[in-house]
Amino acid sequence: MDTKPRFFDEMYDASGTPRDPYSLYSDWFGQEDIKHLRNKSQEAEAFFRRIGITFNVYGQQEADERLIPFDIVPRIISAREWARLEQGIEQRVRAINAFLYDIYHRQEILRAGRIPAELIARNEAFLPQMIGVNPPGGVYTHIVGIDLVRTGEDDFFVLEDNARTPSGVSYMLENRETMLQMFPELFTKLKVRPVSHYPQNLRRSLSDCAPPAFAGDKPVVAVLTPGIYNSAYFEHAFLADQMGAELVESHDLRIVDSRVCMRTTRGYKAIDVLYRRVDDDYLDPLNFNPNSMLGVPGIMDVYRAGGITIANAPGTGIADDKALYSYMPDIVEFYTGEKAILQNVPTWRCSEPDSLKYVLDHLSELVVKEVHGSGGYGMLVGPAASKRELARFEKKLRAKPSNYIAQPTLALSTVPIMAKKGLAPRHVDLRPFVLVSPEKIRITPGGLTRVALKEGSLVVNSSQGGGTKDTWVLGD
Amino acid sequence: MLGKTAGGLFWMFRYLERCENTARLLDAGWRISLTRSGDTSGEWESVINTAGIRFLYDQKFTDFDAGHVINFLLRDTDNPSSVLSAISLARSNARLVRTALSSEVWEAVNEYWMAIKAALARPVTEKTLAPVLAEIRNRTAIVRGTLHGTMLRNDIYNFCRLGTFVERADNTARILDVKYYVLLPSASFVGSSMDNTQWENILRSVSAERAFSWLHGGDVTASSIADFLILDRRMPRSLAFCHAKILENLEHLEKDYGQRQPSQDMAERCTARFRNRRVAEVFEEGLHEFLETAIHDTAILASQIEKDFKFYG
Repeated sequence: MDTKPRFFDEMYDASGTPRDPYSLYSDWFGQEDIKHLRNKSQEAEAFFRRIGITFNVYGQQEADERLIPFDIVPRIISAREWARLEQGIEQRVRAINAFLYDIYHRQEILRAGRIPAELIARNEAFLPQMIGVNPPGGVYTHIVGIDLVRTGEDDFFVLEDNARTPSGVSYMLENRETMLQMFPELFTKLKVRPVSHYPQNLRRSLSDCAPPAFAGDKPVVAVLTPGIYNSAYFEHAFLADQMGAELVESHDLRIVDSRVCMRTTRGYKAIDVLYRRVDDDYLDPLNFNPNSMLGVPGIMDVYRAGGITIANAPGTGIADDKALYSYMPDIVEFYTGEKAILQNVPTWRCSEPDSLKYVLDHLSELVVKEVHGSGGYGMLVGPAASKRELARFEKKLRAKPSNYIAQPTLALSTVPIMAKKGLAPRHVDLRPFVLVSPEKIRITPGGLTRVALKEGSLVVNSSQGGGTKDTWVLGD
Repeated sequence: MLGKTAGGLFWMFRYLERCENTARLLDAGWRISLTRSGDTSGEWESVINTAGIRFLYDQKFTDFDAGHVINFLLRDTDNPSSVLSAISLARSNARLVRTALSSEVWEAVNEYWMAIKAALARPVTEKTLAPVLAEIRNRTAIVRGTLHGTMLRNDIYNFCRLGTFVERADNTARILDVKYYVLLPSASFVGSSMDNTQWENILRSVSAERAFSWLHGGDVTASSIADFLILDRRMPRSLAFCHAKILENLEHLEKDYGQRQPSQDMAERCTARFRNRRVAEVFEEGLHEFLETAIHDTAILASQIEKDFKFYG
């Protein structure tokens, strides 16, 4: 195998021997016919098209519905590796919720001087409307999707915390469904932990956070989508369907008698828990962006009065803000009293003059990100950039340094994909999905593995040509 | 159920029905062009009239060339009733109401759309028409089958059925109205071979030629055809059948919701027009007037259903 030694390959060690979690899979693979497997890849694509697991790409009219490529080689994680990740994730998510409560109440962490006050006060992700608000059940982030990358046997780093409206969980579920249909024999050989209970757990977590106004025996849950042209519409419909919840758009909603209600065939009906898949800014044109067509005028007032639960709570964006990211180890320590189990990627804050100088001097080695960007847009991958791109980025950086952070280019681990000539290593990341209820944090074993399909590429985002893999966590 | 969802289901099934009706019209036109020698453009013109898109067609074409008509009805996106437009609209409504559909129904519609998009990627000729029409027929049958076999018989199902029968009632009435003159007893060419083909064409447009012969044997008369397509409740595309089904579904909704809506009163009045009637009375009233009223009433009823069940905000 052509594995460049500087990257950690999760399937094979440097000598080409399969690592423990992959040994059974590797035996199986060795006995399979490559041609047959390639046919399976095409089968998978047809399967995805038929189900309609597509996403819309902004600004690309031609290909208005695209498929995220699916790779049939699973990413396998051992029980031991997962146990440690699980601990680290739970710790981090607890800290995030404690931080959000604090930052919208007494702000002890600012008083203690652990993070600079201006980072909060002047941050657009901080919502003054949330100050003093107690979200039902005390939960801010009902759903979190923490992005992890790996660089070595035991080296996992958190890349982003995604505490707003993380997406991709439908791919986790459909990828598994596809693998079960295509390779049932593998699941009898390996003890893969199931992921299929996610929608039920999601419903449970949301129901457990019913608002004070809820009266009845079963909270009414609805999913709020921007509509069928949104890139993640499939996922919104999928989750509503799997949870048995209504899928609503803003024009289905209206405030009646201090409750947020949906227009049904029999009149208006109150919603208890709204799993919203629209950003804070669009949630309420009366309280936030007045031009929003996607939200419900006055929903924030109902929320503050205990008439509805909004998941995730408005204002959680302050916890996954890239400007705050570098303070996460302090945040974890401050609220849990423990050292962070998961490592942070070393980060230069370009707002600090010394850091900016370092970043400008080493631009070609670094990854530079916009503080408020997402989806891989507006990002510079130094080692992959041309001289012109570097020069252009330098200009942007100098013009508004506080808009950027920089990180070393991580040597992301690789997992093989099924390429034309057989297995070929490609870089991956991992997004496990976490559900938070007042009593319990539930982490689905596995998550979404995104893979950069282009040889050597480090950008795994689906909007930038990335694909996905099924992620297997092995049982004990 | 959300009002929007009810509206999505209603329109999804209206569009699916429309695809099928358009395919059937084309099939009838095509058969005539096969069995006739000489100029068939009059037949194709009547197909365009029956589809109710004459105005749009005239903006693009001045002749009734078979190729123009076929492609305008099948794949022209300027024609909102073309099979391609209608299946795209049916599918986007299905996406909108996906949470209300069984996965079988959704996949059947999605695959229908994919298959038709592929089949209509290039212009269709008289030679390649047959397999395309067969594909449309088969795909429709699969959607209908999954609907019957996998969906709960609840309000969701009722809205699907309402869409189907509103569209079908409208379609049958239009087909008859465009050709009403060949059914009039006063028509001078009664008994000529010309009007035999016309009659056959009407029956074919609603896929009823076989059913008709079973029931009426050799007795092919204008009034027996009119009776069959207007008043016969055994015939699943007759006006009487469609309106009885509309009423039946509204009655289910009344029971389910515990509330009677104005649309149900309207539907009762519509159904009454077909019940215990003899076809002679229809001719007395005036066939054309009778059909025009039916088309008008169906449209009013559809918009009352939209209002009663809050399809739009």
